[in-house]
Amino acid sequence: MAATQNKQPVTGAGPLNGLLTWVDQRFPLISLWKEHAAEYYAPKNFNFWYYFGSLAMLVLVIQIVTGIFLVMHYKPDAAQAFASVEYIMRDVPFGWLIRYMHSTGASAFFIVIYLHMFRGLLYGSYRAPRELIWIFGMVIYLMLMAEAFFGYLLPWGQMSYWGAQVIVNLFDALPLIGPDLALWIRGDFVVSDATLNRFFAFHVIAIPLVLLGLVAAHLMALHEVGSNNPDGVEIKKNLGPDGHPVDGIPFHPYYTVKDTLGVMVFLALFAIAMFFMPEMGGYFLEYNNFVPADPLKTPNHIAPVWYFTPYYSILRATTAEFMYVLAAAVFAYGVLIWRTPLRGKGKAIALAGVIAVIVAFFAVEAKVWGVVFMGVSVMIFFLLPWLDQSPVKSIRYKGTLVRTALTLFVIVFLVLGYFGTQPVTDVGTRISQVGTLLYFSFFLLMPWYSRMDKVKPVPERVTG
Amino acid sequence: MAENDLDEGKRRFLLTATTVATGVAATAAAVPFVASMMPSERAKAAGAPVEVDVSRLEPGQRMIVEWRGKPVWVVRRTPEMLNTIKADDDRVADPESKRSVQPPYAKNEFRAAKPEYLVLVGICTHLGCSPVDRLQAQPEPFAADWHGGFYCPCHGSLFDLAGRVYKNKPAPDNLVVPPYKFVSDTTLVIGDDTKGA
Repeated sequence: MAATQNKQPVTGAGPLNGLLTWVDQRFPLISLWKEHAAEYYAPKNFNFWYYFGSLAMLVLVIQIVTGIFLVMHYKPDAAQAFASVEYIMRDVPFGWLIRYMHSTGASAFFIVIYLHMFRGLLYGSYRAPRELIWIFGMVIYLMLMAEAFFGYLLPWGQMSYWGAQVIVNLFDALPLIGPDLALWIRGDFVVSDATLNRFFAFHVIAIPLVLLGLVAAHLMALHEVGSNNPDGVEIKKNLGPDGHPVDGIPFHPYYTVKDTLGVMVFLALFAIAMFFMPEMGGYFLEYNNFVPADPLKTPNHIAPVWYFTPYYSILRATTAEFMYVLAAAVFAYGVLIWRTPLRGKGKAIALAGVIAVIVAFFAVEAKVWGVVFMGVSVMIFFLLPWLDQSPVKSIRYKGTLVRTALTLFVIVFLVLGYFGTQPVTDVGTRISQVGTLLYFSFFLLMPWYSRMDKVKPVPERVTG
Repeated sequence: MAENDLDEGKRRFLLTATTVATGVAATAAAVPFVASMMPSERAKAAGAPVEVDVSRLEPGQRMIVEWRGKPVWVVRRTPEMLNTIKADDDRVADPESKRSVQPPYAKNEFRAAKPEYLVLVGICTHLGCSPVDRLQAQPEPFAADWHGGFYCPCHGSLFDLAGRVYKNKPAPDNLVVPPYKFVSDTTLVIGDDTKGA
């Protein structure tokens, strides 16, 4: 028991000193607390955008707690699911509140996560040495999308049913394995009771477990390399005599207090949405989902919930005609690569890739490409740490080019999102097609414009 | 044995062998779990043919019946409707249904065993929504000179009155014609096209 005897007794916890000392000699309580809170030195210049990480964790807790209580009354059975949700809404004491907390929480989760990701884009938080934090974060985002999709089937309303039908059929579109894969996901020849049961299992057990593990990995990677900040300055390069960064302050109490303010404001907004506009005009809860699932009739207008619509627009924009435009764009991209000095075989590999893509565009039908582009439009975020070649991290020191590109990207993301909620029109399709081109240009041209950009000098210390 | 007598090669071999054996075992153990997600015997058995009485279907009307959990449409087409199909040949992507799915007796101009009755699986070949019927020839928001047919609300695919998909729409193929047969003038069996009793 040598290690145990070496540990200092816990002080400063009053009557709990004895108990905490006993625990600490058997479990790394104090060292964990110090590493992740009391002695985790975070940059002193965190601003508004730094609220959303802790808020995402809060929403995760809200979803898990409300989810547990919903499962106590919900029935994952195609014949009973819709009625059991109505039972929760009408007959279970405070069931309506717990259900609305969960449904509002789902949209709140995506609002918070999108703002959290935008913070990363603003300040280059994905740049070395934080690539893995970004990758873990992106996997969390993907898992969250899966969680939202599985959960949306459970009320067994019209949008639940036909939304699941469309998304499962996305897999059906894949060449060779598609039909068998879709059959395996559904567990039946149509979306049915079997599908509902397995989606329930994924929604309440599988994905939440994976999410918790990923959140732990995301935080461990963050606390290993340290937080970025609005200046994009590495505070660990400038240590004080005590060995701590001079521009760093302990997470606890400084940021626990700051985040508490964020939590209070967030909960106030959350309560307003939950109590007064839980359907949010059809954006949080779609009106058609208050109609029980009918396998014989698709609602006149179906659209995914708002957080999927930018990607959904890209899917709908990919028509056979548009493939010619895309082929021309890929060809232009090939010319750009050709004219860029690259080392070694990079150029040959890139050009071979460009030719292969153009050939594939016409060998495989547009339907498959719609699905592929939709997938790629989500996955492409993974590449950001390597696409961004700017010598500086933060938007504060980047030039007009990158600022314009990021502004345009945000506008395009919102516009695509808007048209994804609307019925198909010729104008909407054209705008979505332009949006799709701009969306991919933001990422694929980044290695060029981020290098050409005129950057400002980065200060030695954070600017507060 | 002294430390420098360690046989690193043997260690690496044992490590590799253990890893491979574990990998094989883990893959084998995954089989029942993956297989359990395929359609059950009950789901496979639930696919019996459906008998439909079309005697009360008026010309120009459509009815929907459920077969294998999917909507199947029966449309009784008027002679005018059949004429529009001929006029649609240059608007549709696969006019002769070469790459589309239908039984041989429905691989013809009207995609039907009897031109009067159109039988289709009402599931869009794009991503599986059920298109809505816009059977009348009249201007529609999605097509100014509409000849009548079906409109998919999800992604805007258009189909004519033979279930043939319009050009440059997301759906790649014509709507599927299920196997069916007439057991009397006004009685259809969907899901079974075997001859005889």
